[in-house]
Amino acid sequence: MKEETIPVTKETVIGETAKIKIEGYRFVTMTCVELDENQVDVIYHFDENLQLKHFRLTVSKDTLIPSISVVYQSAFLVENEIQDLFGIHFDNLFIDYRRTLYLGGETIAAPFCKFTVKRTDKSAPAAVQAET
Amino acid sequence: MSKTIIPFGPQHPVLPEPLHLKLTVEDEVVTEVIPALGFVHRGLEKLSEIRDFHQMVQVVERVCGICSVIHAMCYCHGIEEMMGIEVPPRAKFLRVIWSELHRMQSHLLWLGLFADSFGFEALFMQFWKIREKVMDISESTTGNRVIVSVNVVGGVRRDLNSEQISWILTLLKEIEQEISALKKTLLTDYTVTKRTVGKGVLTKHQAYGIGTVGPVLRGSGVVQDTRTLGYAAFNELNFEPVVESDGDCYARTKVRFRETLQSIDLIRQAMSKIPNGEINVKVKGKPQGEVVSRVEQPRGELLYYIKADGNKNLDRLRIRTPTFANIPAILTMLPGMYLSDVPVIVLSIDPCISCTER
Repeated sequence: MKEETIPVTKETVIGETAKIKIEGYRFVTMTCVELDENQVDVIYHFDENLQLKHFRLTVSKDTLIPSISVVYQSAFLVENEIQDLFGIHFDNLFIDYRRTLYLGGETIAAPFCKFTVKRTDKSAPAAVQAET
Repeated sequence: MSKTIIPFGPQHPVLPEPLHLKLTVEDEVVTEVIPALGFVHRGLEKLSEIRDFHQMVQVVERVCGICSVIHAMCYCHGIEEMMGIEVPPRAKFLRVIWSELHRMQSHLLWLGLFADSFGFEALFMQFWKIREKVMDISESTTGNRVIVSVNVVGGVRRDLNSEQISWILTLLKEIEQEISALKKTLLTDYTVTKRTVGKGVLTKHQAYGIGTVGPVLRGSGVVQDTRTLGYAAFNELNFEPVVESDGDCYARTKVRFRETLQSIDLIRQAMSKIPNGEINVKVKGKPQGEVVSRVEQPRGELLYYIKADGNKNLDRLRIRTPTFANIPAILTMLPGMYLSDVPVIVLSIDPCISCTER
């Protein structure tokens, strides 16, 4: 991407997001990209006066990612979408649909992933399994 | 007063598409809102993994019928930027013309639906009657009324000849007169002002903080229009974003009404400046890289994230539609409002669930 992209970690994403909000940026959206069977990129897009800035968080699929809806409340919708489509989980979501925004409550597979992380509990370690 | 939970939608007379709101009300006043989606989710983004990047133009056109040209334009811009393709100048102007025609028909459709939401059937009929003329232009210049397929990677597939341009300009004059004739009714009639002024207020600070886009953002006084980035041929046209400051349903209505007339002006400017020449270039190679492409849809900023690794299929296509950005605003607009105002306020963001659940 030609715009500035800042790498963040699970530990720093909330702090960096709070900082960028103070700088006057608005939240645009988030994008989740499956990298391989274990990892995903979560890209956060922000904008000020039509100038974009991105954060890139590379994590394993079983990581519980802190929700930025504590900083930008409107992020809850896209975070729920990522939960549904990629099986990634966000912690402390403003509204947590628990993977029922688009999916039925019993769905385990992540429709947008080639490999689905199957978990029984949010905080428990997960095993990576090929989607059936 | 005890709380009552009322389901609003997914089937409701003012909603052409399924959106569900769980409304908590005390007496007749809304206190809390929880939106629910997922009734028509299609997963079109996933198709990018099995469709050729050229074929994806036709797929993204079907994300939303009302703004098919603009979806395709946003996608093509992204691929063109990734592949370093320079689109011929004439194609850039043609993209502006068709995208502004789409903006006009979308706003006229909304103005009619909005009038219908508070029972003003005569106004609804008038706006839709005018819209038919815009649809006639689409049909005669592109072969279709709604899903207008003119964009290709590298330019456009159709051209306009001088007779067509002259006919469109004549028709635009009629359309402009007919729209202007409805200005007094739309903006001063008791029925309209009573149902829209002071309803669903979103302050400038709230609109920006929530991340709203398009007429919702500009109706709250924020000067932000993606067209000012100058994509296609917008950098060669003179215009200022249409902004209103009150942040209520009335302000959002005024923004869309004024933008309809602005689109006519932009089409005229584009037609007066359109150069001769080729309308597309031959595309060689495969896309590789990562790009974010943004354009202004009738409902607001549209964002495409595209990732490709040099194959004919894309690695990832992510579409952030304007309604997706505007839905969280409902959580701020509705609390404190009467239940009877909910349909009008919800419609004031011009919700497109087809876009949202792409």
